[in-house]
Amino acid sequence: MARIVGGVGCSHVPAVGAAIDKGKTGDPYWAPYFAKVEPARSWMADVAPDVCIVVYNDHASAFSLELVPTFALGLADEFPPADEGYGPRPVPAVQGHPDFAWHVAESLILDEFDITLVNEMPVDHGLTVPLSVLFGQPEAWPCRVVPVCVNVVQYPPPTGHRCYRLGQAIRRAVESFGGDERIVVLGTGGMSHQLQGQRAGLINVEFDTAFLDGLVRDPEAVARIPHIEYLRQAGSEGIELVMWLVMRGALGDAVDEVYRATHVPTSNTHNGLLVLAA
Amino acid sequence: MPRPREYDDIPGTVVFDGRRSRRGYALNKFLMSLNDPANRASFKADEAAYLDRFAVDDEQREAVLGREWLRLLEVGGNVYYTYKLAACDGMTFQDLAGEQTGMPAEDFARMMAAGGRRPEGAEGAGGAGRADS
Repeated sequence: MARIVGGVGCSHVPAVGAAIDKGKTGDPYWAPYFAKVEPARSWMADVAPDVCIVVYNDHASAFSLELVPTFALGLADEFPPADEGYGPRPVPAVQGHPDFAWHVAESLILDEFDITLVNEMPVDHGLTVPLSVLFGQPEAWPCRVVPVCVNVVQYPPPTGHRCYRLGQAIRRAVESFGGDERIVVLGTGGMSHQLQGQRAGLINVEFDTAFLDGLVRDPEAVARIPHIEYLRQAGSEGIELVMWLVMRGALGDAVDEVYRATHVPTSNTHNGLLVLAA
Repeated sequence: MPRPREYDDIPGTVVFDGRRSRRGYALNKFLMSLNDPANRASFKADEAAYLDRFAVDDEQREAVLGREWLRLLEVGGNVYYTYKLAACDGMTFQDLAGEQTGMPAEDFARMMAAGGRRPEGAEGAGGAGRADS
């Protein structure tokens, strides 16, 4: 039986990807952040998952306003890095797992999650930056990836509660897959940040800390945080944190917190990294 | 008239909801086109002529050509789409965010390095003022 062995919450700040791509991780600005990444990388290397299910949002790369799926799942053999307006990141193409992804898609739909099916799409920094954070700069990514896209660009995103329930449905899908894959689920984006308007630059360490504590110990309560609270407290882009609830829902009730690190700032964002063993 | 929303009182914040998506559809379509390197080259070669390919209105056209970053949001631009134009000019996302606050880039970077903006106005009062009216 395929099995979820853990989950990682990881911000997906473009500047973090650029720092890696341009060899700046040792610069004074970046070195303190990348020092905090090491324990998460070691955990991933030890766990060595066969598959990562990466829950992320597309930022006007694969999807535009012409078509905005609230939840979408990638079924392709391969997903190339996207040109987001300044050339694609110099990272390997992401290898999919169509057999497994189709199983998950079919299971989700019959489990009443009407997910959009995607056979071709480029993947942007939302997916590739967490891979770079957790795996560095390999010639090929060390595991296959099933992308799960969540709309958080066009308001309103799905509720935290719906995201949590999606995670639980993903867990049921994994457990009914016949393979022996070991799987890590990544929830990406967040934590508090606001990229727009005169309030840009907002950081709320208190909100983020309470979110992380609750996500570990009482996810049902965190899943009930309404959108208005994210908007006010975590900033207009901090609402990306709902994607961490998909990850948490996929892990089952009890988890062990393996590692937590936060760092402010990475560009405009309070950066979070949370490793949970299922 | 579209109904008011519970987040309309958050200071300095433009939530990209259905009202703004409708207002900004053509503008964001233009911005999205900048994902293609050939389109970026055409835009840079003749910005006004390139904009003629899209159904942007006069306000949106002015905001693009004048690089009025905050106004671009007010006339329906989404910030992730808007960043594609900023990237054309070699700006970072921090540059774009800073521009919208009206702060000099160095001051914005210093504020972020010192822990960012406190969530004042989180309860709907005070803070940096409304981004739109």
